[in-house]
Amino acid sequence: MAQNDSILRFENVSVTFDTVEALKDVSFDLKEGQTRIILGAAGSGKTVLLKTAIALDCPSAGKVILFGQEIQNLREQQLFDIRRRVGILFQEGALFDSMTVERNVAYPLISLRTASESKKNVDRSKDKPAEPTQSIRERIQQALDFVELGQTLKQFPDELSGGMQRRVAIARAVVAQPPLLLYDSPTAGLDPITAHTIVTLIIKERDLDNTTALVVTHRYQDGNLAANFRYNPDNAQLEPDPTAAERTIFMVMREGKLVFEGSQRELEASTDDYVSKFVKRD
Amino acid sequence: MLDILKGPVEATQDFMILTGQAMRNLFRRPHYLDDVLIQMDSIGFGSLFVAVLTGFFSGAVMGLQMGRALGQYGQTSRTGEVVAIILVRELGPALTALMIAGRNSSGIASELGSMRVTEQIDAMRALGTDPIQKLVTPRMIATAVMLPCLTVIADFVGMIGGWVVAILVYHLPTRQYWTSCWQALEWSDVVQGLLKPFIFSFVVSLIGCYYGLRTTGGTQGVGRATTQAMVTASVLIFILTTFITKIFVATT
Ligand SMILES: Nc1ncnc2c1ncn2[C@@H]1O[C@H](COP(=O)(O)OP(=O)(O)O)[C@@H](O)[C@H]1O
Ligand SMILES: [Mg+2]
Repeated sequence: MAQNDSILRFENVSVTFDTVEALKDVSFDLKEGQTRIILGAAGSGKTVLLKTAIALDCPSAGKVILFGQEIQNLREQQLFDIRRRVGILFQEGALFDSMTVERNVAYPLISLRTASESKKNVDRSKDKPAEPTQSIRERIQQALDFVELGQTLKQFPDELSGGMQRRVAIARAVVAQPPLLLYDSPTAGLDPITAHTIVTLIIKERDLDNTTALVVTHRYQDGNLAANFRYNPDNAQLEPDPTAAERTIFMVMREGKLVFEGSQRELEASTDDYVSKFVKRD
Repeated sequence: MLDILKGPVEATQDFMILTGQAMRNLFRRPHYLDDVLIQMDSIGFGSLFVAVLTGFFSGAVMGLQMGRALGQYGQTSRTGEVVAIILVRELGPALTALMIAGRNSSGIASELGSMRVTEQIDAMRALGTDPIQKLVTPRMIATAVMLPCLTVIADFVGMIGGWVVAILVYHLPTRQYWTSCWQALEWSDVVQGLLKPFIFSFVVSLIGCYYGLRTTGGTQGVGRATTQAMVTASVLIFILTTFITKIFVATT
């Protein structure tokens, strides 16, 4: 697998809200096929980092280069095309509570269609042809089967448990098959078993579709699983994989600064008090 | 001193930007017609009862007061005229807008506010939908259509309220009441009576959207946004109604 292509690069990025400096001079380079685990205390800027990656928050300094394109100065309309190649799972789930599960998962596909229809004076042949609803339906079903929630199509998000909502949100993030996925605290607030299910899904997505990912989490176990296991499609379980470590990089955030970047082994060897707090050795 | 002004000035600026974007989207695809209809239903029909109630009782109260006041000059027969003019020019637009501000500015702010704090707005942007196009513009259109309609209804029901008082309390003939109502109204009154709610509708919808979209700080923030939207919209309606009346008084 090619590891040289940069998917997402931060160059000295700072993000400021009024008086709060949420990100301070952050630089890193996410390569194709990599999974980066982002650890850090609450309020250390993890969410802002993810949002800045697709220009939902805007840097006050520095450059964000997504799929080879500088995005920090693009207008919202220009961003839509590029954001479509990124799947994002928000911390709060962010399912549209006025829509059924089916409509939620369909949203990226349909919005993709109306957006390309609404564009005028562009080369039509380049646009994705309007897909028939039948094929949209199949893809929704596939995405929901992927998260093992194929039976919930007609339900509303608030009728589902927290873990199920999280899985629907993952289905929505992956349904358009984006090459880059951003997960914001996918296991926060879940019991250990459900959390394990969610991490398994993230690893499954990584291994079946070869996606690149940024995973924000406060659970060291999540990173540990990603760095040492692979998904086995035959029994739908995780199994040890010694090669996963080289594709998994850990980053630690502290008060907006990136204070650690390296492999799991380097992380566990760190003598920094703050950094080693995030390592659970069991 | 400058620091005190900075907040409001920036807020006004942001509000103007939002207004501009919402307006520009009128001419831009995609149009979310479904959302416009849903909002018309919720803002228009949802508020019908409130508007009718407000209209009826303000008409009735005005009938009572005016009937008595005019009675001192032996002019009770002109009750209909005074009720009609005040309702159509002033109270109908202002009271309806205030009621709708209480119901919808706050409703819009809390709806968009909860979408904001649960990151649904971010999700929309991430999924290629402009939240202003999808959320703000439909609410703006729906309110701009429905508020004038509701005002006309409230005016009319208000006249009925005045009429009920006129026949029951002051024993005026029905015919005299309605004739004096119709004869009192001029075109400029009708224009003023429709222009006001049209202008207020932008205050109601856009102030609600503005506070909703800039909500921060979780559920508490939603509560704050809701109150702020209602208070700001109401105050603006009072200020605007004075200005518009002044303009009409000066030109006629
Ligand atoms: N839209 C915003 N407006 C103002 N401050 C913000 C905003 N988003 C985040 N912040 C601030 O930025 C800092 C980092 O927040 P965040 O990235 O959400 O932390 P976390 O690491 O817990 O995800 C916090 O101090 C937060 O209050
Ligand atoms: Mg966060």
